[in-house]
Amino acid sequence: MAELHVELVAADRKVWSGAATIVVARTASGDTGIMPGHTPVLSVLETGPVTIRTVDGGTVIAAVHGGFISFADNKLSLLAEIAELADEIDVARAERALEQAKSDLDAHAERRAEVRLFAARGLKAHA
Amino acid sequence: MGAQLRVYKRRIRSVTATKKITKAMEMISAARIGKAQRAVAASAPYADELTRAVTAVATRSNAKHPLTTENPNAKRAAVLLITADRGLAGGYSSNAIKASLTLTERLREEGKDVVTYIVGRKGLSYYTFRNLTVGNSWTGFSDKPTYGDAKTVGAELIEAFTAETGGVDELHVVSTEFVSMLTQDAVAARLLPLKLDEVQLSDQTPAKSEIFPLYDFEPSAEGVLDALLPRYVESRIYNALLQSAASEHAARRRAMKSATDNAGELIKSLTRLANSARQAEITQEISEIVGGANALADASRGSE
Repeated sequence: MAELHVELVAADRKVWSGAATIVVARTASGDTGIMPGHTPVLSVLETGPVTIRTVDGGTVIAAVHGGFISFADNKLSLLAEIAELADEIDVARAERALEQAKSDLDAHAERRAEVRLFAARGLKAHA
Repeated sequence: MGAQLRVYKRRIRSVTATKKITKAMEMISAARIGKAQRAVAASAPYADELTRAVTAVATRSNAKHPLTTENPNAKRAAVLLITADRGLAGGYSSNAIKASLTLTERLREEGKDVVTYIVGRKGLSYYTFRNLTVGNSWTGFSDKPTYGDAKTVGAELIEAFTAETGGVDELHVVSTEFVSMLTQDAVAARLLPLKLDEVQLSDQTPAKSEIFPLYDFEPSAEGVLDALLPRYVESRIYNALLQSAASEHAARRRAMKSATDNAGELIKSLTRLANSARQAEITQEISEIVGGANALADASRGSE
């Protein structure tokens, strides 16, 4: 099966890299799925979950906050200011952050916390 | 114990205590250089990808952006000076401050007003002590900067740059480049407006030499550039902060190493002095005893 090489990079570290069959990410113009052989694309990422289907049938989910995605020569770079893999996310902490954001009426923080929780729970649903 | 000897002993004790402290600081700094260098290396993939993307957008489209547009009659320039929060790092902070003052002088000669932004307590206290105006300052993270810190600094500078009125037309950054363990150079570089021809990857190769595929830009080339350029500026500032942090640790390690060596020398020479003082004391005591005995002998012979 065709595969593409994925690099998920945060500002201060490399989060994940490997081969995948499809990557779905939330861009400024909606959810975009990228499969091997996609036309070269460069677009802006929204705060949202990124789903990577690896070649061995596994799923990697990460929460990314701001950044961009670029695809060329079967190489996909996901650059995010902050990126966390689902299994790194502290659910209890994200829930607390969500409560806090709701009471502060901070829409951005609320969205960030929601995405974190979504990513963390999404992983459990797949497992 | 004689007075002289006691004084030497006391000084040896105090120098030994100082030496212990400087030795500890040297070892802490040595450990932190490694960590800081790893942080620089870890930030390279992001910075490189970002640089490639920015260059790709710039070469594949004719998008104009406020951050890349040069103002022909620039009147105001901002200088971001990165120094340490704590001293005892040799010439680290003062070299950066000197570089920033030279740059300020040059910009003034070109007829520009200069606003200085400062990271680190040392630079801030230098400027405030001399009553020089400071645009804004950030302290408390000079030895371990995070991306969040760079974002805070970057946001304010970008805002100053893009402001319609009262903004600045140029942004320069004075930071300390980590060349090697022994060499750190204070360098001044212009960050904004961006000259995309000069953009370099982390291994110093110009990004423009690569050939880029024909990207589809979503939502549009301008939209992508709008999102990318501020990130690029933040990433440059983050890199400058990390390099400076590594340089700060290296400078401190070197300063503390020579302090430790000097303390060792001092202890050695004080010990020599203390030894000869002790010898002198003993010699004096012996001659006093001998003299006393002779006097007694003379006195008893006289009475016979």
